[in-house]
Amino acid sequence: MTNDAFIHIEGLTKSFGDVHALRGVDLQIQEGTVLGLLGPNGAGKTTTVRVLATLLQPDDGRATVAGLDVVKDAKRLRRIIGLAGQSAAVDPNLTGRENLTMVGRLYHLPAAEARRRADDVLERFDLTYAANRTAKTYSGGMRRRLDLGASLVGHAKVLFLDEPTTGLDPRSRAGMWELIHQLVYDGTTLLLTTQYLDEADELSDKIAVIDEGRVIAEGTADTLKDRVGGTVLDIKVDQGHYEQAVAALAGLVAGAETLNPSHSEITLPVGAEGPAVMAEAVRRLDGAGVTITDLAYRKPTLDDVFLTLTGHAAEEEQDEDAEPEGKGGKRRGRGRRKEKV
Amino acid sequence: MSTTTGAKAAETTKRGNAISDALIIAWRNLMQFVRVPPLLVFSVIQPIMFVLLFVVVFGGSMKQMVGGSYVNFLMPGILVQTTVFGSTQTGVGLAEDLSKGFIDRFRSLPMARSAVLAGRTTSDMVRNLVVIMLMVIVGLLVGFKPDGSVPGMVLALAIMLAFGHAFSWISATIGLSVKDVESVQAASFTWVFPLTFLSSAFVPVATLPSWLQPIVRLNPVTVTVDAIRSLVVPGLVVTGVTTGGVDWPAVAGSIAWISLLLAVFVPFAIRLYRRLT
Repeated sequence: MTNDAFIHIEGLTKSFGDVHALRGVDLQIQEGTVLGLLGPNGAGKTTTVRVLATLLQPDDGRATVAGLDVVKDAKRLRRIIGLAGQSAAVDPNLTGRENLTMVGRLYHLPAAEARRRADDVLERFDLTYAANRTAKTYSGGMRRRLDLGASLVGHAKVLFLDEPTTGLDPRSRAGMWELIHQLVYDGTTLLLTTQYLDEADELSDKIAVIDEGRVIAEGTADTLKDRVGGTVLDIKVDQGHYEQAVAALAGLVAGAETLNPSHSEITLPVGAEGPAVMAEAVRRLDGAGVTITDLAYRKPTLDDVFLTLTGHAAEEEQDEDAEPEGKGGKRRGRGRRKEKV
Repeated sequence: MSTTTGAKAAETTKRGNAISDALIIAWRNLMQFVRVPPLLVFSVIQPIMFVLLFVVVFGGSMKQMVGGSYVNFLMPGILVQTTVFGSTQTGVGLAEDLSKGFIDRFRSLPMARSAVLAGRTTSDMVRNLVVIMLMVIVGLLVGFKPDGSVPGMVLALAIMLAFGHAFSWISATIGLSVKDVESVQAASFTWVFPLTFLSSAFVPVATLPSWLQPIVRLNPVTVTVDAIRSLVVPGLVVTGVTTGGVDWPAVAGSIAWISLLLAVFVPFAIRLYRRLT
C-alpha cells in the first residue's frame, strides 16, 4: 500500500545551523490526490517543499516522487514537477505570454509548442486579455495566477504550491481556489502548504499538520476538526473574573477546554452539543457572578487545532522558530525568506 | 556502436540545451533594458560623464606628463575601467534574482545548471559592448584619435569584452556568496575601486610611488590597459614609459590573466549555484 504512493517521504531531516527545520517527516501522497500541509510559520512546510522540488538536499531520510529520488534522480525529476513559491516568480518586465513561453522553453518544449502551451494556460487562467501586458502592470492576484500557470506550462505531473494564497485579497483567493480545483479535476497530484485551516479544508483530500519539523496529525479536514470538537464556543469574560470562570466551567465539556493566554477568553470544543452547552455555561457563569462580555460559536481554526494537538498556540511558533539568531537565520536572508523554514 | 552514437547524440543535445537555456536567460535579462529604457540611459550616462570629466579636469595637467594627447592615453584606460565596473552588475543581478525567487524557479526546472550564470554573464557582456560603443563615440567627439590597425582594434575589443566577462564570473561568485543585494553592491566597490585606480588606466605607472609600482604592474587591469592602449593607439608615446607600437607581451599577459580568472571563477560560481539552499 505505502509503496504505491506517488510521493513517498520517509524520515526527512534538515537543519540550518542550530535550527532543526525538519526532524523526521514521513508522508505519503497518492497519485491524483491533494495533500494540504498545514502549519504555522517555521513549522517546516517550505523546507519540505524545497526538498521535494530538488532545491534543497536533506540531511537524512529520503523522498521519491513518481519513483524518482529527489537527490539521485533530481535531473529527471525536474521534468515532471512544477513549483509555485511564496513570492510570484514572474518577471515584471516580460509580458504574461513571454513569461510563460520562457518557462516552457526552459522545460525544453519546442518553440512552437511553448507558445501554444503559453496561450492555453493564459486562456485557462483568464489572463488572455492581459497576455501582452508586462507583468508589472498585473494585480497581485493576476501575478499569482501567472506564476501558477508558469508551473504548469511544462506538463508537470506534480505541483508544489507553497502558500499559494498568502497575501491575497479574498476575491483573488477564491479565484486561486477555483484554479486549483480545476487542476485537481485534471488529475494533477498536488502538495500545497497553507497556514489556513479553511484553505486546507477546501482544497485537500488529506491534511497533514506539521509542527516543529514533524507531522503531528494526518487525516481529512473532518477528522481533524472532530479532534477539536467540530464547533467551538468562545466565551469572553472580564479579566478579573477569569479564574472564577474557569472554575465554574470545569467539567462542563469532556476533554480539555482551551484557555486563551490573554486570560480573558475561554474556548470550549462543543461539537454537536452546542446549544445545551451554551445554556449550561451561561447558567454556571451567571451563578458564579462572572460578567460575560462576549459569547460566540465559530468553526475551529488552525489555532484551535494546534491548541488541541500540541497544547500551544500556532502563533508562538513564529517567534521561536522563524527568526533564529546566528547562521541558520542569516542564510535564509531577509524579508520574504524569513518565513521559509 | 549504436550506443556510442546514442550517447554522443545525447551529449550534443545536452550541450545544445545548455547554450539555448543560457541564451533564453540572457534574452530575459536584456529585455529589462527594452522595457525600462531609463535603465539603459542611466547605465551609459555615468561612463560618458566619466570620459568628459577626466578629459576636462585632468586633461590640462596630464598633457605634459603623457607627452601626447591625454584623451588618447585615457580612453583605453577608462574603457577597461567601465567594463570592470559594468561586470559588478552580474553579482547584483544574481542577488536580485535570488531574493525574488527566480533562482528557485530556475533551479526547479530541467534546464542546464550553468545556464542562469552563463546567461547573466552573457547579457552583461552585451551591455558592456553597447556601453563601450557609446563611450568611443563620445571619445571621438572630444578628440580621441585611435591610430591602430583594424585587426588590432577588433582584438582590443575582444580582449576588453573577455576581460569584463572574466570579472563577471568573479562578481557572480560574490553575488552567490553574499546573496543580499545591497551588500553585493557595497562589496563590489571595495575591490573594484582599488583595482582600477591602482593601475595604468589614468596615469603612467612611472609616476606612482616606487614601492607601489611592482604591485600596479602585476595588476590584471594594468596589463590589460597596456595591451589595449598599444593596440588602439600604437602611435602614442608616453614619456619614459612607452616607445609606441603594439605591446605583445602585454597582450599575451592579458589573455593569460583572463584565462586564469575564468578557469578559477567559472567552476567556483557554478559550484556555489548548485549548492544554493
